[in-house]
Amino acid sequence: MGQQDKIEKVIEASKSELQARSSMTHDSGRRSFLRNSLAVAGGVGAAGAGATAAAEALQVADYSKQMGRPIPADEYGMPSKYEARVKRRRSDVLVNKQNFSDWSMTPLHQQHGITTPNGLIYERHHNGVPDIDPDKHFLVIHGMVRKPLKLSMSDLMRYPSVSKFYFMECSGNGLTDWLKPASKTVQQSHGLLCCAQWTGVPLSWLLDEAGLLPEVKWLVAEGADGSGHLRSIPVEKMLDDALLVYASNGEMLRAENGYPLRLFIPGWEGNVSIKWLRRIKAGTEPWHVRGETARYTDPMPNGMWRQFSFVMEAKSVVTKPSGGMNLQRGFNEIEGFAWSGNGRIKAVDVTVDGGKTWQEARLEEPVLDKCLTRFRMHWNWQGGPAEIASRAVDSTGYVQPTVEDIKKSRAISGFVQHHNGVFPWKVAANGEVTNGIG
Amino acid sequence: MASAKKIMQVLLLLAPLVGVAACMSTLPMQADRAHAAPPGAAFGKPVSEQDVASWNIDIMTKDGTGLPPGKGDAVVGRTVYEQYCIACHGEQAKGGPVFGSMVGGIGSFKTNTRVLTPGSMYPYAPILFDYIRRAMPMNAPQSLSNDQVYAVSAYILHLNGLVGETDQINARTMPAVMMPNRNGFIVDDRPDTSAVRCMSNCK
Repeated sequence: MGQQDKIEKVIEASKSELQARSSMTHDSGRRSFLRNSLAVAGGVGAAGAGATAAAEALQVADYSKQMGRPIPADEYGMPSKYEARVKRRRSDVLVNKQNFSDWSMTPLHQQHGITTPNGLIYERHHNGVPDIDPDKHFLVIHGMVRKPLKLSMSDLMRYPSVSKFYFMECSGNGLTDWLKPASKTVQQSHGLLCCAQWTGVPLSWLLDEAGLLPEVKWLVAEGADGSGHLRSIPVEKMLDDALLVYASNGEMLRAENGYPLRLFIPGWEGNVSIKWLRRIKAGTEPWHVRGETARYTDPMPNGMWRQFSFVMEAKSVVTKPSGGMNLQRGFNEIEGFAWSGNGRIKAVDVTVDGGKTWQEARLEEPVLDKCLTRFRMHWNWQGGPAEIASRAVDSTGYVQPTVEDIKKSRAISGFVQHHNGVFPWKVAANGEVTNGIG
Repeated sequence: MASAKKIMQVLLLLAPLVGVAACMSTLPMQADRAHAAPPGAAFGKPVSEQDVASWNIDIMTKDGTGLPPGKGDAVVGRTVYEQYCIACHGEQAKGGPVFGSMVGGIGSFKTNTRVLTPGSMYPYAPILFDYIRRAMPMNAPQSLSNDQVYAVSAYILHLNGLVGETDQINARTMPAVMMPNRNGFIVDDRPDTSAVRCMSNCK
């Protein structure tokens, strides 16, 4: 199959998922299931004595009358076959010409609760996924240290571990949708986002063991994959809450998420959380490598570029309803995610009238530092056109800006990172939900 | 609340001591760390810089620290490029089936269409060496010799009009190449917005 065919297949699969009316977890699907059931019930009901028009005689399913699947000696449990459409997907807006330095996106509209299942955590690789034998993997800490160290995976796993819930977001999340709508779904517009419970060893312990020299200001972290992706990171952050992570959501990392070891930098752009981590080197200045000069920098007015814009500032998005869904009149629960790289989420406001009025949504516990927070609001949709959006406020008091606010200080031109603007979804009178940016 | 007040009092008492500690070391102190260190857990094995040499491929691109011995010019670089790079990057680095142009764009950042190439974007020329050696060619990273990396870097710089065709590029000359975007960066100065939490009559 040619590259173009493959890309088209991905796009087709993505479209058919949205158009599917047989889904049990989409609202639209649930309705069509009921419609089908009622149609069948109507036929049966007419024959039954005393049945009302709306009555539905329940059938005993075949699976209630037979033995189910037995327990095999061992297995890794997989999702039900009826959930097979819930997948990470490559972008169908900005389609790369190859899929080694590429990305795939988390289906946020199909995520329940705040944790992203390991198999759905978004991907961003710079040269594909390496296959690393943990018994042959080492981490080296060297440079401006008193005692350069080498650690095997079993060395690292002897340390006490810590487990922390944190979101992770790619700096490029939303880059296709600054000024006009391009993404059809929230997976495409916001899916370079995930949240997991990460387990590992605080990097500060290892840096203390190696003995940083007093003049150390920056460290560089490097991956063992075929891109050797690396980033310079200030010593303050590395000694504060940086983790050497080997597990997520209760199991060892998936290969595509850095197995067997990754750096994890809470609240900062995902590309500094170096996957397949093999080396950390201490120095006095940033290295100014390609990935922190020509890439992952922000265009600014007067032809300038903003560098080392690490923190992912407070942001939120409505995931239900979101692009590609169909709304039913009457009761609806609006829900979504809010997060901040600078702290906890303090409040989320929701508008259904395109920003004229806002109401504070309910935050669902747990509300954790640098973690996805779920917000919910009940809404009685009367059937008129609506425009729904959310606005996060974090524990520093920072209020999520609109794109108009951001445009006042940055140049929105080309491949623009760090889009934390308010993101609207338009609801048409027929209930169709579409991207409302711009 | 009383306990918070007490903590503040203790902190105020400790302030002079903290000040002294800060003078002794510029590194952040234990108090600024999210996780307290476990006493007695130290499992790292000593390693020498010599042992790490094959992995030690990073370059401080601003001054070229870490650039290895070797050299190359654009004439040789063109042959390296045509053997290992042209299939993805196209003739004269003008763009190919896998990647866009690596030439031009200098002066485009003040227009509405910024063209990002090594010539227009890189603040320091050794970024080319660091990146090509570690990541290129994509199907065989870390396979080129140092001379080949210097030469193909020279070719890309030459195509961008930044060095002559026969200029020798090496650990000494590479950091001295004046890149147009050298002073094109500012350090993160966010937050750069000050949105307010309007609840009614907002538009």
